[in-house]
Amino acid sequence: MSDTAAEATVPRPAQESAIGPRRPPLLAVGPVAWARANLFSSWLSTAVTLALIYLIVRWAMGFVDWAFVNAIWSVPVVNGQAQTQACRALNGAGACWAVVTEKHRFMLFGTYPYEEHWRPALCVLLFIGLYIVSAMRRFWRKELAYIWIGTLTLIGVLMWGGVFGLSYVPQERWGGLVITLILATFGIALAFPLSILVALGRRSRLPAIKALCVLYVELIRGVPLISLLFMASVMFPLFLPEGINIDKLLRAQVAIILFAAAYLAEVVRGGLQALPRGQYEAADALGLSYWQKTGFIILPQALRLVIPPLVNTFIGMFKDTSLVLIIGIFDLLTAGKTAIIEPAWQGFGIEIYVTIGLIYFIFCFAMSRYSQGLEAELNRHRVR
Amino acid sequence: MSDTADPRLLRAPPKKGIRLSWTDERLRGIVWQLLVVGLVGGIIWWLVSNTAHNLEVRRIATGWGFLNREAGLPIGESLIDYNPTNTYSRALLVGVLNTLKVAVVGIILATILGTLIGIARLSKNWLLSRLAATYIEVIRDLPLLLQLLFWYVILQGLPAPRQSLNPMTGVFLSNRGLKLPWVQWQDAHSFALLGLVAGIVATFLYARSARAKRMTDGQPRKVWPVGLGLILGLPLLIWAALGAPWQGDIPALRGFNFQGGLTVTPEYFALLLGLVTYTAGFIAEIVRAGIQSVPQGQWEAAEALGLQRGRIMRQIVLPQALRVIIPPMTSQYLNLTKNSSLAVAIGYQDIVSISNTTLNQTGQAIEGIAIIMAVYLCISLSISLFMNWYNARIALVER
Amino acid sequence: MSATMDTAAHLSSAARTDGPPAILMDKVNKWYGALHVLRDINLSVAQGERVVVCGPSGSGKSTMIRCINRLEQHQEGRIVVDNIELTDDLRSLDAIRREVGMVFQSFNLFPHLTILENCTLAPIWVRRMPKKEAEALAMEYLTRVKIPEQANKYPGQLSGGQQQRVAIARALCMKPKIMLFDEPTSALDPEMIKEVLDTMVMLADTGMTMICVTHEMGFARQVADRVVFMDRGEIVESGVPEQLFNDPKTERLKTFLSQILRGH
Repeated sequence: MSDTAAEATVPRPAQESAIGPRRPPLLAVGPVAWARANLFSSWLSTAVTLALIYLIVRWAMGFVDWAFVNAIWSVPVVNGQAQTQACRALNGAGACWAVVTEKHRFMLFGTYPYEEHWRPALCVLLFIGLYIVSAMRRFWRKELAYIWIGTLTLIGVLMWGGVFGLSYVPQERWGGLVITLILATFGIALAFPLSILVALGRRSRLPAIKALCVLYVELIRGVPLISLLFMASVMFPLFLPEGINIDKLLRAQVAIILFAAAYLAEVVRGGLQALPRGQYEAADALGLSYWQKTGFIILPQALRLVIPPLVNTFIGMFKDTSLVLIIGIFDLLTAGKTAIIEPAWQGFGIEIYVTIGLIYFIFCFAMSRYSQGLEAELNRHRVR
Repeated sequence: MSDTADPRLLRAPPKKGIRLSWTDERLRGIVWQLLVVGLVGGIIWWLVSNTAHNLEVRRIATGWGFLNREAGLPIGESLIDYNPTNTYSRALLVGVLNTLKVAVVGIILATILGTLIGIARLSKNWLLSRLAATYIEVIRDLPLLLQLLFWYVILQGLPAPRQSLNPMTGVFLSNRGLKLPWVQWQDAHSFALLGLVAGIVATFLYARSARAKRMTDGQPRKVWPVGLGLILGLPLLIWAALGAPWQGDIPALRGFNFQGGLTVTPEYFALLLGLVTYTAGFIAEIVRAGIQSVPQGQWEAAEALGLQRGRIMRQIVLPQALRVIIPPMTSQYLNLTKNSSLAVAIGYQDIVSISNTTLNQTGQAIEGIAIIMAVYLCISLSISLFMNWYNARIALVER
Repeated sequence: MSATMDTAAHLSSAARTDGPPAILMDKVNKWYGALHVLRDINLSVAQGERVVVCGPSGSGKSTMIRCINRLEQHQEGRIVVDNIELTDDLRSLDAIRREVGMVFQSFNLFPHLTILENCTLAPIWVRRMPKKEAEALAMEYLTRVKIPEQANKYPGQLSGGQQQRVAIARALCMKPKIMLFDEPTSALDPEMIKEVLDTMVMLADTGMTMICVTHEMGFARQVADRVVFMDRGEIVESGVPEQLFNDPKTERLKTFLSQILRGH
């Protein structure tokens, strides 16, 4: 990869122009010229632009009317019953954000004891902090693993409680956004090491190990996540010895880990394959053992190559955790769907789903922007 | 290098034995493999024996006997005749067909929509390009399940049949789904359809022979008039010859619901809408990357040779772009098929939904899940085999 | 480095053949599938001898020297390196890799490690040397290849010639008894070839046993005790450079030399 690129780094005297830089003719710059080139370059282009502007403006005005102008932000509550007549009277002309105002605690924290909500809220912040720290290149060191272990332990303590004067909260009462974050983060954190082993195994020269890894990856990737979640929900209890029972969230977590590991393994394998053979040979020629070679030479380079697709896989996993709705685990989406079962709030699904969509979008958009930026940066490095 | 007299091809390599020592690389490999396989096998054996024990203790029946029992589960839409007195195996077959129905239609529509958006993304019109980019970004950053629930809620929120939306004559959109006009199907239509297929095949063969003839005498031949005649003329001719039957089947409001016409249920419609719009976002990116992967130099080189734009596209750019596009496209098709399993969340009765009901009714979890997995593995395997074959063909054509 | 070697002689290795040979290849054969790529290779290299291997591409030169540190495995015959016979035995493999250094055509520096880390990795983990000691040693060799000031840069920041000199220093840090060079200048721009060849000449002057696959005839004339010409997987001719270049015996060598000279 860098063999030929390295030669380009030889400093060469810059070609000095005798005349100095020349400005383009004035016509070609400025907003008018830009619009002419990019919006009205031909009759067809002009027609498309005008049609699109019309559609966008119409849609945007409709949306603003619905979401803001005609919207209702809160409704009176009498005897614990929300009075939603005003919302119903809108008849779809405006959004009833009151459902979000009323139910936001439930969507974010599920049935977690009300006065203890600060604990899952703190966990959400810890998760976000963990993502931000992991995204910064200057923390890409061994210590990052300790930060992860420490933070995840702290989150476990906060959620369960039972120590340090925190009251014990059984897992059945956890719910909402924090479940989504737990499933996604623990899923990736535990799937990642497994995926590296599987990817190495798939590249192994030992046929039996290779066959096992291929079988695992192809089997998992051939079936939908739902089938694994069903398996976790109805079959796992049969797998374990009599009397031992693990709770549903943990079972779903195991299914997600097994699922994510298969996809991550393929990404990691891509990185392993992209490394030039010379790197393996040079390590061999120096007398490094298989694990020294893998740990010092191969993995650091291979993983760095695949960070952007790894982030994309993470986005996919983050979205896919919503599937636990189907086996009845109380994540963000399930909480939202449950919130509108109450007769008073029936029929306000759009408002709820738009809100949940916004939360998912913020997380995924941040990650995808980050991945794009990183890819551009890594590519720049490779060119140099 | 490889002339027949090459002495390097005369002698065959020897075979080697194995040494019984821990420092022998191959012996060490065998030991490692035995260890890993033994460990995995042990875990599987442990799980299986636990399962067997649990099944016995809980008196859960095993085996496939239930497949021939009466299912008693109602299914809303089906491509084949079905009623609840049929067997479980027939119910599961209906589920498989429903999955295929949404997957096949979804793949076709998503490819069309995705390609259009991908091309729009590359448009020189800034507004169009930004719009396509925004669509791609937003659709990919939202969970598919959320989108499906969203569409389903919107479709359920539509007015009742009496107040249904009527954008075109014969088309009705209500909370009972989409109603479309259709023709009363007769044999003549089936034959015309066959004629269409025959016309496409014949056009393809004609184009091939025209090309082969051109290779021998250098004379260009117009393909499109013949193609148009074969593809449009042939079915029309057959249809006309069989009496040109044309009896519309227009949906009409009778009481509280519609009669006649083609029905698209809200469940199917929401699932299809969600799958198509979601997958199209991914396909658009693939198409964009594929087209951009062909360097500008290829266009320039071909133009310098004096080739026309259409020919450059077909013979230079497309073959190269397709080589980049097809592998990720295959995995998107597989994803769409697997994602159709989310149907269970909005009540469309695909194989997952029906297996799940079966599993709950019979209590035979292992068999139910095995059926789901087997069906998807079969579909995945067929799509990847077909795409591998197609990919190999493309690669050969290119060379 | 074996500093005991006298740096005097560029002459024939006959004087030093009394000790055991550094490398002995006895009827070595190798196949890639059905293709017989090494055919009955017999080669004995004495301690401190410098051998240049040349031949057309695909003649098996690289394969031969890669067999010496077992990057490739031979299937028939014996290879004895530094009194250790190369077998399937992993102990012999570890021992050989420690004694034989190798320089590749495409450098193969580790791009994610600094120059210094490239040089200290193997001494620390394979030779079990303390880090301080390994770094001091690395600096010594980097000084010898004339790039100590680049120690904390990454390979991507260096020119090709500099990278190849780092690769030589990296191999030397393992204190090998034998150095293998696999076309070390083929991937370089012409203006950088000289700096790498100068480093190799310097190394030759210290008395290192060297086997070098190269087409640099000037280098062969200057330092080689012996030149080996390979074609189609076998050694066709070998001898001192003057004799081989000025008076080729076989038709194949004549053709090869005329092609090389025309190219230059």
